[in-house]
Amino acid sequence: MSREEVFEKLNEVFRDVFDDEEITVNDATTADDIEDWDSLEHINLLAAVEQEFGMKFNMGQVVSMKNVGEMADIIIEKIG
Amino acid sequence: MRELEYPFDGELILKKSKKLRRALIESRTDFLEKRIAVLGGSTTHDIIRILELFLLNQGIRPVFYESEYAQYWQDVMFDNPQLCAFMPDLIFIHTSNRNIAAYPSIRDQEEQVEALLSEQYGHFQVMWEKIASAYRCPVIQNNFEYPFYRLFGNQDQVYLQGRSRFINRLNDLFYRYALEHENFYIHDINYLSASYGLDRWADPAYWHMYKYASCMQAVPVFAFNLSNMIKAVFGRNKKGLSLDLDNTLWGGIVGDDGPENLEIGQETSMGQVFAEFQAYVKAQKDIGVMLTVNSKNEEENALAGLTHPDGVLKPEDFVLIKANWEPKSKNLEETAAELNILPESFVFVDDNPAEREIVKSQVPGAAVPEIGTPEQYIRVLDHSGFFEVTSLSEDDRKRNEMYQANAERKRQQAAFGDYREYLLSLEMQAQIKPFEPMVMARVAQLTNKSNQFNLTTRRYTQGEIETFAANDRYVTRYGRLSDKFGDNGVVSVVIGRKGSMEDREVYRQNKLPEGDTGRDVLHLELWLMSCRVLKRDMECAMMDSVVEACRSCGIGTVMGYYYPTAKNAMVKDFYQKMGFEKTEETDTGVTIWRYSIPDQYEKKNTVMAVGSID
Repeated sequence: MSREEVFEKLNEVFRDVFDDEEITVNDATTADDIEDWDSLEHINLLAAVEQEFGMKFNMGQVVSMKNVGEMADIIIEKIG
Repeated sequence: MRELEYPFDGELILKKSKKLRRALIESRTDFLEKRIAVLGGSTTHDIIRILELFLLNQGIRPVFYESEYAQYWQDVMFDNPQLCAFMPDLIFIHTSNRNIAAYPSIRDQEEQVEALLSEQYGHFQVMWEKIASAYRCPVIQNNFEYPFYRLFGNQDQVYLQGRSRFINRLNDLFYRYALEHENFYIHDINYLSASYGLDRWADPAYWHMYKYASCMQAVPVFAFNLSNMIKAVFGRNKKGLSLDLDNTLWGGIVGDDGPENLEIGQETSMGQVFAEFQAYVKAQKDIGVMLTVNSKNEEENALAGLTHPDGVLKPEDFVLIKANWEPKSKNLEETAAELNILPESFVFVDDNPAEREIVKSQVPGAAVPEIGTPEQYIRVLDHSGFFEVTSLSEDDRKRNEMYQANAERKRQQAAFGDYREYLLSLEMQAQIKPFEPMVMARVAQLTNKSNQFNLTTRRYTQGEIETFAANDRYVTRYGRLSDKFGDNGVVSVVIGRKGSMEDREVYRQNKLPEGDTGRDVLHLELWLMSCRVLKRDMECAMMDSVVEACRSCGIGTVMGYYYPTAKNAMVKDFYQKMGFEKTEETDTGVTIWRYSIPDQYEKKNTVMAVGSID
């Protein structure tokens, strides 16, 4: 899956989770950029991303992930 | 709504919960409103989020009270005013084996294990008694799931010191209490976690990262099961089964194949499956479910099938048999009318998707489960929870109750008389120090994830935190709290900057001053605390430490700032509680507070030992 495709899917997941069709994420997107993205929604978001891509983040990755770009890196690394 | 009926796609529900919620609210107006207090021993946010969907789907519109993190016991025992004012219609206590404060150790003798068991049980029992007297509403209490590892391997269930055994015994005490008390119900997460898969359910990452008692993916299963109990408590159970015959209660078509050729009984594996299903249906009668037949058949053939010698169900098991060629939706409505109940009180069971579709579209409200293939029928009906049992024979219960009640009253009196006494019993130890290398990462992390107990909600990088620590213009404090149950880790952070009174103008606009403006006032740029230690007086100990720091460098005035966000209303009056005076309130809700350190400062913390050395 190309990076563009990963981001396309991520957009869908973000739109579903935050119920906002306007959301477009990029490498630098963080929780500060999306109003409803707090620590609780974060859990839900990660679960939805895992489901979408059929992979699981390990604890170390969850703890260190800083923005959507890093999230995409991990996804690409995991699903090849 | 199909998405919320068993079997459902839990991940889809988790992901699309907001959209589903909107659709549900728009779908009807005749909701039953109920006030539900969720008192958690772990994070309950997503449980509430998903529970709401399932309840809406059952026609119940909940208003929730959610305890602060892990405050289930304190909320009840110390009469949290919000909870009292909430006046719940139902209280759900969401505890798990993570809330068992102590387990037996291998060195414990039998009597020590017994004492521990009664101590752990007493913790819950005294709370239930309090609820019964103060709230008089139904209570749903989780039992405990098995531990995710077994120290004694297969003998964990055998040895008294085994956690599995201990949990079983504790559960057994819960069950006895439930049997002896009306309006008290056990939510069986032990079964649920087993059915879901304990290894997945108990994924420790979810506990350690988010303080979730189970993995996120199990939340829909959990919430659905709970919603079934809640709807049962509020009288929304289904009342009857409307059953198809051919390929539902037996294999084959009685009109075509003849009764002698039906698959039912012990001769074939398929026959066994249908016999087991018939036995399951027959047993529903014993819990008060009405059985009816709704079949496209000549009545004569239907009766011939039901009198099959290897069948379990007999014609007399049914209150009504409709075997004709009318649409099944019409049969169902007539059945309901004849029995004087609503059509929506029925669960329609039919192997044929086309028939299910007709009933679904023509009889709104009736349950029409996707029952799958014959070997799945029992599981689908059972897990759907249509007939959740809340009470069986009321009669024998009360005798024991009075006998029990006296013993319990005594126990309640022995419980803590006031909150301070309780805090003292925790044997808390705080460690409060300026930032140091070991904690920089954790401090930065806290500034980024604390939302509720956070006065200014400033987010910092680890680098910034390290800069503050190295700069003598800043007073930095981190607090670590442990008690007799364990270490809570670093839970509070305060950052103050030395400056002058004029800096207030800058802070008022939620900005930070630059350069050297003076050294006679301490401006509190950040004060946060993790919600896991709410109401433990940790903030008092932090305040004492801040005052001490000011005095040691000759500062007599401390200025506090509260910047409101969507999430930090909890600390709106925090500085007032700490003895600050409000000097200003802007139209955006920012409040500014001043504290003049008195000559005789009296320490605010009186419940924990505070050390600054390890």
